[in-house]
Amino acid sequence: MPLITYREALKHAFSEEIERDENVLILGEEVAQYNGAYKVTEGLWKKYGDKRLVDTPISEAGFVGMGIGAAMLGLRPVIELMFWSFAYVAFDQIINNAGCVRYMSGGLVHVPIVIRGPANGGTNVGATHSHTPENLLATTPGLKVIVPATAYDAKGLMKTAIRDNDPVLVMENTLLYGEKWEVPEEEYLIPLGLADVKRQGTDITLIAHGRAVITCLKAAEILAAEHEINAEVVDLRSIRPLDEETILDSVRKTHRALVVEENKPFCGVGAQIAATLQEKIFDELDAPVGRVTAVDAPAIYSTPLEKRQLPDAGRVVAKVLDIC
Amino acid sequence: METLVDPADAAINTRLTKEEKIRFLREMFRIRRFEQTSLKYYNLGKMGGFLHLYSGQEAVAVGTISLLGDNDHVITAYRDHGHALAVGMDMKACMAELFGKATGCSKGKGGSMHFFAPDKNYWGGHGIVGGQTPLGLGLAFGLKYKGLRGCCLCYLGDGAINQGTFHESLNLAALFKLPVIYIIENNGYSMGTSQVRSSSFQETLAKRAEGYNMAWDVFYGEDVYEVRAKTQIAIDRAHNDSEPTLLEIQTYRYYGHSVADANAKKYRTPEEIEQYKVNHDPLRIWSRHLLEEGILTEAGIEDIDVQAKEETNEAVKFAEESPFPQESEIVTDVYWEVDHKTDAAKHGRYFFNS
Repeated sequence: MPLITYREALKHAFSEEIERDENVLILGEEVAQYNGAYKVTEGLWKKYGDKRLVDTPISEAGFVGMGIGAAMLGLRPVIELMFWSFAYVAFDQIINNAGCVRYMSGGLVHVPIVIRGPANGGTNVGATHSHTPENLLATTPGLKVIVPATAYDAKGLMKTAIRDNDPVLVMENTLLYGEKWEVPEEEYLIPLGLADVKRQGTDITLIAHGRAVITCLKAAEILAAEHEINAEVVDLRSIRPLDEETILDSVRKTHRALVVEENKPFCGVGAQIAATLQEKIFDELDAPVGRVTAVDAPAIYSTPLEKRQLPDAGRVVAKVLDIC
Repeated sequence: METLVDPADAAINTRLTKEEKIRFLREMFRIRRFEQTSLKYYNLGKMGGFLHLYSGQEAVAVGTISLLGDNDHVITAYRDHGHALAVGMDMKACMAELFGKATGCSKGKGGSMHFFAPDKNYWGGHGIVGGQTPLGLGLAFGLKYKGLRGCCLCYLGDGAINQGTFHESLNLAALFKLPVIYIIENNGYSMGTSQVRSSSFQETLAKRAEGYNMAWDVFYGEDVYEVRAKTQIAIDRAHNDSEPTLLEIQTYRYYGHSVADANAKKYRTPEEIEQYKVNHDPLRIWSRHLLEEGILTEAGIEDIDVQAKEETNEAVKFAEESPFPQESEIVTDVYWEVDHKTDAAKHGRYFFNS
């Protein structure tokens, strides 16, 4: 199976879907002639031309809203946000229009749109460019939020998202774009709402999404090698819909749970999962559900401190040792 | 804003049939009566929320929408009842929506500000000021992408022109050469703040289009002939050249910003309202045309009004007798895939109710 980058996997997904469906097009800042600010769409404009790859001005509320209007009419726009942080000037469009129009129209209108781009800290760009709004946006019923951690997942989930008839928000990670994973050449799709057990274990379940999954896998190796703790790693992949079954099945087996995320703690995804665990399988738990998150402050610029602000394998290991 | 040629002589108007002219009057009376009746029942506590009445502005919706064909689309803001009725939405379903009933056009899930009828190319009904302006752009983008000869009429109030989304939309419309027509229904008041207290502009609001290299026009919205003649120029521009236009149609609302507008009678004088009703009322003006043209008699006009009133009363009866939505309806119409029970919705939890 070929090893390709997260970035290439996404590009393959776009290529395949553009060729499959004439209503699929990509819109955003620098997506066409510039080849993508992060080169995710590199080469696609040359291959598919102006109609399918549309460069927009720096005007997020305008072009996100435009994409939603076009989706109401049956197009399947894939909107790139250079950073998910820029979604904050398009919240009315994402939440009130994409998220609520189906409901407010009594089901008459739907919005088959994908809004995607990187949502991560850790790149030394300060608070305004380091937001991770997966929890924030997943609070809106009507929106779907997915956070792929690997190239394989990124491609399979993106293709599914483009075919979905509801708005799907895909949060990627610039620190993963250049990382490689095995990705089959033949076509495949990954359903939304299906978590993936990335590592089998028996002693504790580490629940994570996005790059925190990679952190958990590293931590699990350290725990096995140095502490004889066999951790299971559950990659959520999808925040809403949320695969509670896989989480609950895993914790029923390990009886301990640690939720790890690169987002802030308050009302984070981990808070939702901790609440679910205590509500549904309280008696199965041998210890309180733990959480590892970013340090609760705006994303700091200074490099050494920024590295400390985000969870790393060391923090995950330390927290596991507290629990086990 | 001088009218050099009588707009009644514009080609788009000279080819109107007698029946079409009568239909315009009927539609305006239907809107007027619908709004009066909804106000009455709002005050009786039969409906909640906000109620932004269109009374006084009828010739704008009826005149502009009368020009549209199969590939032309409409989207508006929260003062949306007039446009909804003008595109042909069922009055009973509209009234039932105000009452929050299951038979409402949005099943009681949208309310006054959120009427939709995609089968009539009517895309809402949007509650956030200016929020519909990029969506209208998207409808026009979709038409152009599909190679259809059509346009989108996107209505907004004069209060919306200071929202960022509107300016972003104008830029994108001109940049991408999209067949969208922005129609500022300028009723002079941005809620309780008059135009001169809310907007910095030269001569007229629509002139802002020049900054975006976009065609514009400004005219009065009290005479269906004028509204049709001037709007048709913009529609031709959209259809033939795929170019946008910004229109400013000067109009007036008889009631406050919404029925909940506590100061509706403070920021303008009763004389101002009365002056408009006497001299500029779109129903009176159109009635006068029909009388002068010998199309209808006073009695004929009265008949149309009575029919509109009866239809409205029937709509109220229908709304009152209709059931409220079932509680299970709270969680339907959220996700398309869930409602259609597709394979895509097979996995994961969508709703987090205990």
